[in-house]
Amino acid sequence: MVSVNADGNSKALIQVRGLNKTYRRGGEPIQVLQGLNLDVDKGDFVAFMGPSGSGKTTLLNLLGGLDVPTAGAISVAGDEITHMSSGRLTEWRARHVGFVFQMYNLVPVLTASQNVELPLLLTRLSRSERKAHVEAALAIVGLQGRADHFPRQLSGGQEQRVAIARAVVSDPTFLLCDEPTGDLDRKSADEIMALIEELVRQHKKTVLMVTHDPVVAARAHTVLHLEKGVLVEAAKSSPGAAAGGAA
Amino acid sequence: MAIPVIYNFRSVKERWTSAIVAVLGIAGTVGVFVAMLALARGFRATLVSSGSYDNAIVMRAGATSEMMSGITLDTVKILQDEPGVARLEGQPMVTSEVVVVAPFPLRSTGTDANVQVRGVSANVLTVRKNVKIIEGRMFQPGLSELVVGRNATNTYAGLTLGNRVRFGGGEWSVVGVFDAGDSAFDSEAWCDSRVLDDVYKRPTNIFQSATLHLTSPDALQALKDAVSKDPRLDVDVAREVEYYAKQSQTFTRLITVLGGLVAAVMGIGAIFGALNTMYSAVSERGREIAVMRALGFGALAVVFSFLIEALLISFVGGAIGCVAVLPLNGFTTGTMNWQTFSHMAFAFRITPNLLAGGIIFALGMGVAGGLLPAIHAAMRPISSALRSL
Ligand SMILES: Nc1ncnc2c1ncn2[C@@H]1O[C@H](COP(=O)(O)OP(=O)(O)O)[C@@H](O)[C@H]1O
Ligand SMILES: [Mg+2]
Repeated sequence: MVSVNADGNSKALIQVRGLNKTYRRGGEPIQVLQGLNLDVDKGDFVAFMGPSGSGKTTLLNLLGGLDVPTAGAISVAGDEITHMSSGRLTEWRARHVGFVFQMYNLVPVLTASQNVELPLLLTRLSRSERKAHVEAALAIVGLQGRADHFPRQLSGGQEQRVAIARAVVSDPTFLLCDEPTGDLDRKSADEIMALIEELVRQHKKTVLMVTHDPVVAARAHTVLHLEKGVLVEAAKSSPGAAAGGAA
Repeated sequence: MAIPVIYNFRSVKERWTSAIVAVLGIAGTVGVFVAMLALARGFRATLVSSGSYDNAIVMRAGATSEMMSGITLDTVKILQDEPGVARLEGQPMVTSEVVVVAPFPLRSTGTDANVQVRGVSANVLTVRKNVKIIEGRMFQPGLSELVVGRNATNTYAGLTLGNRVRFGGGEWSVVGVFDAGDSAFDSEAWCDSRVLDDVYKRPTNIFQSATLHLTSPDALQALKDAVSKDPRLDVDVAREVEYYAKQSQTFTRLITVLGGLVAAVMGIGAIFGALNTMYSAVSERGREIAVMRALGFGALAVVFSFLIEALLISFVGGAIGCVAVLPLNGFTTGTMNWQTFSHMAFAFRITPNLLAGGIIFALGMGVAGGLLPAIHAAMRPISSALRSL
């Protein structure tokens, strides 16, 4: 279940309470998030929509521990992350968050498998265990044959698949996808969305995704709109309808 | 765990043009650094190899070089019978010597340079066992004959076997060439000390130094003790190698200080080159760094990663600098020996230690140039770096 007006302590995996984020530009405060609440359960697939500049990326960055809020609290699986030191937050990210970005953000000088292996370097896994995990992740995204390709030798869609493999290889608690199809043509976008749906359905991943594409958003279980610094629920589309609307 | 080194390796390879400034700056600095020290070491080695462990040199008390010393024949006679002085067939192995300088034209430029002419005892070759006649023969006592060092015959016009030369108001025949194992003696000409005194109209009972062959290297202390207790003697006794090591100090220090200054100035430039290279690497890869940080690599891992990259670049620079100056090794040059004001040939001496020093110096410049950019890379906020293109 996803909720945008919960308060107090719920049993949700991700709990956001009274989240505020104010940027300052030349002394002028820019209030982006203003008392945002959100509950996301394990296995949920949420899409955030909203006009450009409404604060979608800001929200994902806060949820992923890449930035700290001006006020409010975020807890994930019982861990309150808003007061963690930056060192602990770094460790927390490695353990709990998988990021997928619009621009793929693969390291250009590393091969597909080396990119996917990066998060595993932060675990205690042995070299052979890492190799097995990387192979499994590349198999999930259908790129077993491209392990030794460099990002520039791959298409945009393939790069994004490698990025997804990198995001899931360490089996994080949840995935944050910021416009994962924003830079792709329709066909590649559909393939990426089919892959993300599969991660949710078969691999029971929890996914929070930003998109401005309604077709893409329709794939999610829940679509939330970011308006005036808080989340509001859109007209609900059932998960079945979203799945049926593929392609 | 750290960001894999392959990342830095490939990143440098990919953008090698931006590393050129740093590499060349460091290579140049290390090259000059190694060359200067090789010069100093070569000079020192040449002087030190002139001395032997089992020889003692005796000069007037307080004299810091032969040029400033004077000892009488009587003193030499007393010294000959002191303990520790070796004998050959009953004769003391002692050479009492006088030194003058005479101008000869350098083959290379035609300009005159001072050659040290050493008047020695006839038995000098038994005392200085590192000196061997390799062409012609030894001078005959009492005759105006010269034997010349290998470098001297190669460096100066006229000092060739069979030639006759004029200096000090006399005429001399060059009858032999000796090899002194690349020591300072190789740049000298030797003759009978009494003949030299005669030609220069000096008193024949005054020498500048006496070199005594010891019964063993350990015999030096006994000799020193005996000499200091002997009221008739007012002289300083030193092991010959130590004397020459001391002789090399002024020039070695000069070159080392000069080389150090030049290397320091160049090093500052090279550090700025490295700073520039590393700052541009950091700013070009802001997103990659942010992604690594997002994946969970810590700030320290980023600092280390860029430091390793700076070390990689500076190592390449250092290695190029070392390889570039390596051909200088053994290259012979000459300089004024400031103690004797004579010209002395010596060779650059590049040792493995010196090369290791050059590499360490390079790595030091790499750290100096890489640390700030590396810290800068680690401190950038992740979210804004991810937004930047
Ligand atoms: N580091 C920042 N400093 C100042 N303003 C920022 C910063 N990051 C984002 N903003 C502003 O916050 C607002 C929300 O940005 P963002 O979260 O990127 O929106 P979205 O992803 O919905 O397009 C925008 O007006 C943007 O200009
Ligand atoms: Mg955005």
